Amino acid sequence: MVEEKEEKTEKKKLDLRRRPMPKQDHWERIKNFDEVALGYPVCLAQEEASRCIKCKKPACNLGCPVGIDIAGFIKYIVEGDFAAGIRKIKETNALPAICGRVCPQEEQCEKTCILGNKQAPVAIGRLERFLADWEAAEGRIEMPAMAPKTGKKVAVIGAGPAGITVANDLIIRGHEVTIFEALHESGGVLIYGIPEFRLPKSIVNREVEYVKKLGVKIFTDFVVGKTRTVDSLLEEYDAVFVGSGAGLPWFMEIPGENLNGVYSANEYLTRVNLMKGFRFPEYDTPVKRPSRVAVVGGGNVAMDSARTAVRLGADEVHLVYRRSKAELPARAEEVENAEEEGVIFDLLTLPVRVVGDEHGWIKEMECLRMELGAPDESGRRKPIPVKGSEFRVPFDAVIMAIGNGPNPLIQMTTAGLEVNKKGGLAADPQTGRTSRPKIWAGGDIVRGAATVISAMGDGRIAAASMHRYLMGEEG
Amino acid sequence: MYPILERRMIVPNMHEFTVHAPAVAQSVKPGHFIILRPDALGERIPLSVADWDREAGTVTSVFMQVGGTTAKLARLKPGDSIPTFVGPLGRETEIANFGTVLCVGGCYGIGSIYPIARALKEAGNRVVVLLEARSSFLLYWEDKLDRAANATFILTRDGTKGRKGHIGKIPELMESAGIVPDRVIVNGCTFQMMRVSEVTKPLGWKTIVNMNPIMIDGTGMCGVCRLSVGGKTKFACVDGPDFDGHEIDWPEFLARRKSYSPEEVDPLRHTSCQSRF
Repeated sequence: MVEEKEEKTEKKKLDLRRRPMPKQDHWERIKNFDEVALGYPVCLAQEEASRCIKCKKPACNLGCPVGIDIAGFIKYIVEGDFAAGIRKIKETNALPAICGRVCPQEEQCEKTCILGNKQAPVAIGRLERFLADWEAAEGRIEMPAMAPKTGKKVAVIGAGPAGITVANDLIIRGHEVTIFEALHESGGVLIYGIPEFRLPKSIVNREVEYVKKLGVKIFTDFVVGKTRTVDSLLEEYDAVFVGSGAGLPWFMEIPGENLNGVYSANEYLTRVNLMKGFRFPEYDTPVKRPSRVAVVGGGNVAMDSARTAVRLGADEVHLVYRRSKAELPARAEEVENAEEEGVIFDLLTLPVRVVGDEHGWIKEMECLRMELGAPDESGRRKPIPVKGSEFRVPFDAVIMAIGNGPNPLIQMTTAGLEVNKKGGLAADPQTGRTSRPKIWAGGDIVRGAATVISAMGDGRIAAASMHRYLMGEEG
Repeated sequence: MYPILERRMIVPNMHEFTVHAPAVAQSVKPGHFIILRPDALGERIPLSVADWDREAGTVTSVFMQVGGTTAKLARLKPGDSIPTFVGPLGRETEIANFGTVLCVGGCYGIGSIYPIARALKEAGNRVVVLLEARSSFLLYWEDKLDRAANATFILTRDGTKGRKGHIGKIPELMESAGIVPDRVIVNGCTFQMMRVSEVTKPLGWKTIVNMNPIMIDGTGMCGVCRLSVGGKTKFACVDGPDFDGHEIDWPEFLARRKSYSPEEVDPLRHTSCQSRF
């Protein structure tokens, strides 16, 4: 009875102001690659957590692809029991420091938070990040309870978000897990794609070390499909999960795209993030530092590329997008960060041609102005070119950030695997099973370019199905 | 880490090195390449594979010292090791009984054409090998290639060995020997592959070239290795590296290969040039 009374008084004083997270000032951060968002200190985290109205039937949990008990961990933050809070998250999420930073929460848990109807939803992502960073700072990473060994062996292809989730879930259930990673570092897109200023690589390494501590073996420099085929792995392993991720970058198929100075976002970001090109010549991999840069696209990868170009010293960075601001697929927070950092948004603009000089280098980009017509099949208003609106802008570099297909290597080297209409592996969304027995798949290899958390969600579903199969509960 | 078993300069500026990499050695085939990093700060570069020993678990490659990364490789000694040596990558060279196959090798490609010639001979072809170099002192592996071939020709630009002349002389040379190849396979520097493709095109000799663009991941993710083949964009790391030389947009390819030339030599300015050959 007493408890209920207390709750009522709290509700009366309900504070609808979402606590902002401290971040580096924009004039400072454009000169470095350090993380922009600095995280909540304890006081702000507890204030923000106290905004949670403790719904009887919380809707936030339903918005989470891996089903974190959000209301549960927030309650522990209010109570100051951070150890219990992080334990609660880790029941269902192996990578909280990463998800807290890069999940599109406004499309997921925060979208279904009931407070959002009145004002801003609880900053769930920032609170998740707070607990993960608190645990790391404490230096006492708790190990989960491990099931007895089953004697079953699982091979996981790709040490990205999908693969790490599968490895985590299966080793806890007692299976022996080996990850095969093509690159020289584990983390997949978290390492090669997402920039340091949004997700520090030390955090990715920390999470990779955690699954290694659980007993997961990781072989880097190992390209399944090439170094060894899936079929050869199946002679040794009881089940295989394919999480080989993103593949060939898409281009616009306009003239001049193979000119020097035209990059895919994958190339540009890999040079900077995985290969540390921003520290050239200390690191050997070079990256160009052009002064006038166009980034084509409107998603998070486009924002990452544009903000990277700003940090590499460009005088002008233009984000070229064919629809209007309302349709930008990037997270609102990333758009805001890019604007603060001086990225110029050329909206309703469609590149039609890249023009080169006599040495094969880009000189200009020709574009068309667009206007919005009736909604298309995606529900967004369709951009229509304005006749005769061609114009040319001088650029030293164009970065194409318009998406990519799934990686082609596994499909090319494994017989009998059905392919979906995106060219990726066909997998049952309920189980992650492919068209072949003993082979599961998830993440970008199935979806094309999607999010970190959806890859993790796929991993979670596949791991559950693989476990049932390995225990003989599912054929 | 991948131990270096041997590294020696075989002709000026050209090095042969052998790495212990059993998983790669197990599945490598003619025409494949590997990607390596010379040290923890190093760049990822692709190198064609020139030989291997599956039982010993070793892979051999030949490289020319041109920039910062190959300068680091050129300083490796037996007992050293490198952090990345991944492969085999790309599609293997198509091996079948074509009849008479002319295998052209130049530069580092004298190394990588060797396993191709060997496999073609095993597949029943009459294998004609042609090696090209500016001068006789730049030729290597002639004995190995002699054994792999039914006939060997040598072209040097200064005439110090074999016939004197440029690679464009191939049709003339083949005609004088009475050879009409059913297929030509070229491994070597870009200019050589382009020139051979130019002179074989009017003769209708199918010409396969082993392309060597800039790469990073080498597994179909970054797209830096793209080139135009028959008017379509292809990715050398997963669609190639072998392509029909008559279909390639060579000027575009040459320009793309040079895009990082200033940066490739930049590290040399920052390292002390100690020669330890």
